[in-house]
Amino acid sequence: MTKEYHTICQIAGPLVFVEKTEPVAYGELVSIALPDGSTKRGQVLDTSEELVVVQVFEGTGGIDNASGVKFLGETLKMPVSKDMLGRILSGSGDPLDKGPPIIPEKRLEIIGAAINPYARDNPREFIQTGISSIDGMNTLVRGQKLPIFSGSGLPHNDIALQIARQAKVLGEKEDFAVVFGAMGITSEEAQYFMKDFERTGALKRAVVFLNLADDPAIERLLTPKLALTTAEYLAFDLGMHVLVILTDLTNYCEALRQIGAAREEVPARRGYPGYMYTDLANMYERAGRIKNKRGSITQFPILSMPGDDITHPIPDLTGYITEGQIVASRELHRKGIFPPVAVERSLSRLMGQGIGEGHTREDHRAVSDQLYAAYAEGRDLRGLVAIVGKEALSERDRKFLDFADSFEGRFVRQDMNEDRTIDQTLDLAWELLSTLPIDSLTKIDRKLIEKYHPSTKK
Amino acid sequence: MVEQGKGKIVRVAGPVVTAEGISPRMYDVVLVGDLSLMGEVIKLVGDRSIIQVYEDTSGIRPGEPVSNTGEPLQVELGPGLLSSIYDGVQRPLPVLMEKQGDFVSRGVTAPGLDREKKWKFKPTVKQGDELQGGMVIGEVPEGNLVHKVMLPPKVRGKVKSISAGEFTVEEAIGELDSGHKLRMMQKWPVRTARPYAEKLLPDIPLVTGQRVLDTLFPLAKGGTAAIPGGFGTGKTVTSQQLSKWSDAHIVIYVGCGERGNEMTEVLTSFPELEDPRTGKPLMGRTTLIANTSNMPVAAREASVYTGITVAEYYRDMGYDVSLMADSTSRWAEAMREISSRLEEMPGEEGYPAYLASRLSEFYERCGRVKTLAGPTGSISVIGAVSPSGGDFSEPVTQNTLRIVKVFWALDSKLRERRHFPAINWLTSYSLYSPILEEWYRKNVAEDWGALRLWAMETLQQESELQEIVQLVGADALPEEQRLTLDVARMIREFFLQQSAYHPVDTYSPLKRQYEYMNAIRKYSELAKKAVSLEVSLEKVQTLKCRVDLGKLKFEEEMDKGLKAIAGQMETEFSGLGV
Repeated sequence: MTKEYHTICQIAGPLVFVEKTEPVAYGELVSIALPDGSTKRGQVLDTSEELVVVQVFEGTGGIDNASGVKFLGETLKMPVSKDMLGRILSGSGDPLDKGPPIIPEKRLEIIGAAINPYARDNPREFIQTGISSIDGMNTLVRGQKLPIFSGSGLPHNDIALQIARQAKVLGEKEDFAVVFGAMGITSEEAQYFMKDFERTGALKRAVVFLNLADDPAIERLLTPKLALTTAEYLAFDLGMHVLVILTDLTNYCEALRQIGAAREEVPARRGYPGYMYTDLANMYERAGRIKNKRGSITQFPILSMPGDDITHPIPDLTGYITEGQIVASRELHRKGIFPPVAVERSLSRLMGQGIGEGHTREDHRAVSDQLYAAYAEGRDLRGLVAIVGKEALSERDRKFLDFADSFEGRFVRQDMNEDRTIDQTLDLAWELLSTLPIDSLTKIDRKLIEKYHPSTKK
Repeated sequence: MVEQGKGKIVRVAGPVVTAEGISPRMYDVVLVGDLSLMGEVIKLVGDRSIIQVYEDTSGIRPGEPVSNTGEPLQVELGPGLLSSIYDGVQRPLPVLMEKQGDFVSRGVTAPGLDREKKWKFKPTVKQGDELQGGMVIGEVPEGNLVHKVMLPPKVRGKVKSISAGEFTVEEAIGELDSGHKLRMMQKWPVRTARPYAEKLLPDIPLVTGQRVLDTLFPLAKGGTAAIPGGFGTGKTVTSQQLSKWSDAHIVIYVGCGERGNEMTEVLTSFPELEDPRTGKPLMGRTTLIANTSNMPVAAREASVYTGITVAEYYRDMGYDVSLMADSTSRWAEAMREISSRLEEMPGEEGYPAYLASRLSEFYERCGRVKTLAGPTGSISVIGAVSPSGGDFSEPVTQNTLRIVKVFWALDSKLRERRHFPAINWLTSYSLYSPILEEWYRKNVAEDWGALRLWAMETLQQESELQEIVQLVGADALPEEQRLTLDVARMIREFFLQQSAYHPVDTYSPLKRQYEYMNAIRKYSELAKKAVSLEVSLEKVQTLKCRVDLGKLKFEEEMDKGLKAIAGQMETEFSGLGV
């Protein structure tokens, strides 16, 4: 019933141009039959009566002018089912684990509609990751999207895995389901993730999408959409709490730029397309909570900043959409500190809603502010010491200097398997703060100091 | 809506659709495809119209119908705007949710104003009165205030009949001799500024209760301010604080390309908030416009205009309106995205060449005016800009700075050390402070200007001294200069830092701001005297009053505390022999 066209007039990069077709819908799914008998899939990017532009997911290698093009009459949908948990799928959703095909309970559009802002529920349930620098100072809540800004050679994967292993909501037994979307990572990295999932048994509660470095770049544009569609199904249809880990967004954006260049679009910054912001927003905004629904989607995108440059368009635009960021620090990593979280550059925008009395502890906000201020002061003093020497510092300044060291060495540093409770984290913070003069703790209310400061605590 | 022309689609490329055969005017609203998606004509080429569609166009194909409504993009103005939550093209989000569930799907329309609800109308004109455009014809209680029903600006004539009673917004409440039916609802095209009689000088401050803003960098009612800041500098919290606490009658909050979760925070926190002056819910004087970053880009472009038109409508009633546009950078980005889809020749950094004129047109729609009806009203606009990469030389920031008079420079360095609001006192400015000084002198304190100057000077001296300290350390400075550093530190930590989350500290009335700064100045003067009498600085710094001064701002009885501290300072300093 669907017509096959043999009217390809141009092939350029990942794009195929087809002329003289019946009216074709924007976003329609396309299948292309190659002369060697194989088929490839694509999607319509631009449609008019004269010319249709098709973006081919698996790359255009092997397509010739005589290849047959079929328009399938529907936009891209993916089959979803509860049985996807525990499965490993390719970047375009086909099983890789030799398991049975997935019998769909539903077929969903992969371009998710925007959640009506009025239907959203406020994310305010504290997620305890067991990592002090995150729980204490950049607290994560259920429904948040918090990317890890990293660089080449930094252990961002270990941070992500530790979070996936330890994340829990206090007072709830149920573990998070994990949806893992890999875009253009090496098979070595992929194996590292898979091994850890298997070791900890997390794989049973995980759905894995793998687009590896040698898979077609265009497929990468699909992978996170499939992952998030699955996550939405698990969260809002089945009521599960889902943790989505996407890595590496930089590869995704490269693929986006590749498509833009092939379409000869007017580029914006550094050659990335002008709509990259909207494109990323459509992905990141698929996190959150919905009123009167049980489930939630919490996102952990990982991206490597080219040249550690936080002003590069990818981290820059990401930062405008996500609710903060965890920045990995090369300096701390060189000092041998794991997890190398640069707290002074990290931020969780939803922290305020998830901490304090009834969530974590009443002193959380004040302690965190005080840690930030004292650490910043100590870091400034390091610059001064380099010039005038430690001896020239006042007694007070020396204490701040020492504080910065013990903060990094004891608060930030912890073992890859060390799972600290929030009370442990805050008590440790008080212990470190008690090395400072008590009247320099200006960010903390008197009453809290009386209650929690080791020198006055009963 | 009258259908003027029917045509068909010839091309679809993302949100940009080309159609033939509808012969529209520029900026007419058209309905696209079988789903009747709303769009706007943004370019005409021969018989072809280029349409920017406000919704996702997946599944739309060439050959589907297009119809022209013959009208430009308009908003509905009338009772019911307050407490409403709209998307960028004035569709009420709660109604959309009721109609189609938790996700915004396509092709659903909903009127901006509730058609069923009856409002209690009381006329203020009578039969035989001669009316000019924009004149008030009656009153309706709405939310926390009186909604003044006005004649549309272009209508005039003699009242033939008018009646009190309960009406819906569409029902006729009376008639003019010309036969023109009087209704509570009027429509206005969003891209056209509403007329007023005369523009006035902005010489009254918009009181925000935020110490760093009111004291150091005040904004006038009818003024324009920009808050720039890379991500994570506390821009959103600052702008929400302003919406909550500023003394405008009406607050319009446009979340343009905002994060969904943060918009939710606004949507859930506003209805819970109490208006500090009336004790009623804050939503009763607020309209929220929410177009999150993943909602259609064309509606994001329109959202800012929708907001300012609603603001103008309330200004015309004689109210002070403050409009938060968060963020104008996302708005500019929407322009850029649409412009690039149109394959227009890009200007700087890919932004369209008309970026500067669009921005200035928008900011020029605010101001303090004498309305057509007679009284004065104002619109103050606070536009957030988020410069990419924190680079202030980028076009949106630069073009904005050429227009606005106040610049509240959010600073990520301050954020790192948890100095909130992270407004840099050295790079921020307000061109209104000379114009506003007289008001402050009359209404707060005679020496307000002098005190402000003293604070600014101290902070300036600090930054100069800091350069020396960086090289030789603080101990190398003479006592007097070290005292200056200490006083500046007090200004920064006690006065400028203000916690949005602390129940007392979150709002500081002008009088209290003055007293607080005055107390710090008093300490500074006494300490200076002490130092000149060769009392060691360490002794001065460890006085209890210095510590107490810092904790005062969190005390519930702060005003009492401020009164007491002056005496305490004198006693303690006299103990040092001053």
